[in-house]
Amino acid sequence: MSDKKPKRRDFLFTASYAVGAVGAAAVVWPLVDQMNPDASVKALASTEVDISSLTPGNTITVLWRGKPVFIRRRTQEEIAEARSVKMEDLIHPEKDEDRAKNPEWLVMLGVCTHLGCVPLNDKGDYNGWFCPCHGSHYDTSGRIRKGPAPWNMEIPKYEFVNTNTIKIG
Amino acid sequence: MSDHEYTPKSKAGKWFNDRLPLLTLANHLTDYPTPKNLNYWWTFGGILTFCLITQIVTGLTLAMHYIAHADMAFESVEHIMRDVNYGWLIRYIHANGASMFFLAVYIHIFRSLFYGSYKSPREIIWIIGIIIYLLMMAAAFMGYVLPWGQMSFWGATVITNLFSAIPLVGEGIVTWLWGGYSVDNPTLTRFFTLHYLIPFLILGLVVLHIWALHVPGNNNPVGIDIKKPSKDTVPFHPYIVIKDGFALLMFMIVFAFFVFYAPNILGHADNYIEANPLVTPAHIVPEWYLLPFYAILRSVPDKLLGVVAMLSAILILAVLPWLDTSKIRSAVFRPLYKQFYWILVADVLILGYMGAMPAEGLYLLIARVATAYYFLHFLVILPVLGLKERTIPLPLSITEPVLGGSPNMAMAKKKESKLE
Repeated sequence: MSDKKPKRRDFLFTASYAVGAVGAAAVVWPLVDQMNPDASVKALASTEVDISSLTPGNTITVLWRGKPVFIRRRTQEEIAEARSVKMEDLIHPEKDEDRAKNPEWLVMLGVCTHLGCVPLNDKGDYNGWFCPCHGSHYDTSGRIRKGPAPWNMEIPKYEFVNTNTIKIG
Repeated sequence: MSDHEYTPKSKAGKWFNDRLPLLTLANHLTDYPTPKNLNYWWTFGGILTFCLITQIVTGLTLAMHYIAHADMAFESVEHIMRDVNYGWLIRYIHANGASMFFLAVYIHIFRSLFYGSYKSPREIIWIIGIIIYLLMMAAAFMGYVLPWGQMSFWGATVITNLFSAIPLVGEGIVTWLWGGYSVDNPTLTRFFTLHYLIPFLILGLVVLHIWALHVPGNNNPVGIDIKKPSKDTVPFHPYIVIKDGFALLMFMIVFAFFVFYAPNILGHADNYIEANPLVTPAHIVPEWYLLPFYAILRSVPDKLLGVVAMLSAILILAVLPWLDTSKIRSAVFRPLYKQFYWILVADVLILGYMGAMPAEGLYLLIARVATAYYFLHFLVILPVLGLKERTIPLPLSITEPVLGGSPNMAMAKKKESKLE
């Protein structure tokens, strides 16, 4: 093989295979991409939530893009607890100040970052959330403290439309 | 394939066979020389074929009534149970059939492990079998999602989230699998499609599995190579057909017990609650046949490594023919391997039990030890044992020791009967 000089025909073969491969990939891509979220799923991008009836120490759960979002009005003790934690004690270090811009309100995806279960309120070793599936413990800021989950619970994009309404997404 | 040329007796048969040699194939299958010492552990191939056909036939009829839509799936399953003529029977056969299928496949796999059926020259049969086993798990998992109960929904969420452990592209893959930002209607429809497809892929692989088997022929309890056909073999029909048929009848009694007397005992009550994306059931457990792997997943405290350990536990079986360095196939002639074999069986049962228990305290500790031992068995014990073990001398044929009265064979026979 290696002794032979490439001929015109070898060039034609290689070129044909290359064109064929590009053509096959062009056909396969739509078949793969059709499984990605479609336009109607993407259109459900934001939800507005009325929070006027929420008292301190309580949580409401709303559905956003098919996922639960926890909105918790935290007590002063919870805020103090979340803000006093040392960064080196955290598995995924994030300041509570960055997670809850308005300290009284914690808005986060209620989805365990391990395998996607919904953690339970006011449970676990850190007074925050506990995931019943595989035993991850989260603190009052929704940060992972113990268990198999790799990250803190995610903070979605949200804003206060007015004092009584949060817009998620 | 067949050692002798076959000619159909009738003129029409000959005319047809010259154009499409189906009759030659049928003749090969009936005359196929089979070791005469096959025991009842060898009947599970036929039982598994029965299970596959049962799942395809009941699945096809269920699909005539089931509606793959997030708003209607749960109700359509209840409709099948209450309104459709014999719907309850067909669904219970299908749901319990999955468990029976796995029961049979585990016996079939552990038969191979005991008698060394995966060893040369049968590696390809073994690897095709492992691929079938993987497809079975995929089909069973997706089938479990279709009733759209709480366990369906959260099982689907947990299993698809396993892919999020892949660095960088993980999240993108999960969104792609879901067709959205959570398990929802697009997920359900594609799972239904794939659940319908996979059994036919399995059917194709079963044909290859049997084809590959018919090249070297069956292994046997003594594990020696035999001449075919010879005094050591009997034709498949009627000898094996009758034996397989009797075993199948026994198996169907067990099957019928579950269908008629305990149709929900292998399932979870939570799956009779409709899927709710806001509430996770307090205790998520997969179906019993996936529990050992689930225990391995949970015993590793790191997300990515847990997933890697679980997948490795299955894929390690594919390279088993090269991990086991012993040339002797049957455990009957391997006194040490036989003990380690039973320890492995106990280890897998323990893992299964731990998978059903909450992942905490003593349960977690035992699961971790059992996980470590599982890998130790395949990666250390098997390779070393093949080099160090003193095996019992093999007989020259299946017939010779019976006629000649070899002491080894008598011992083998005795141990054999204890096993059964």
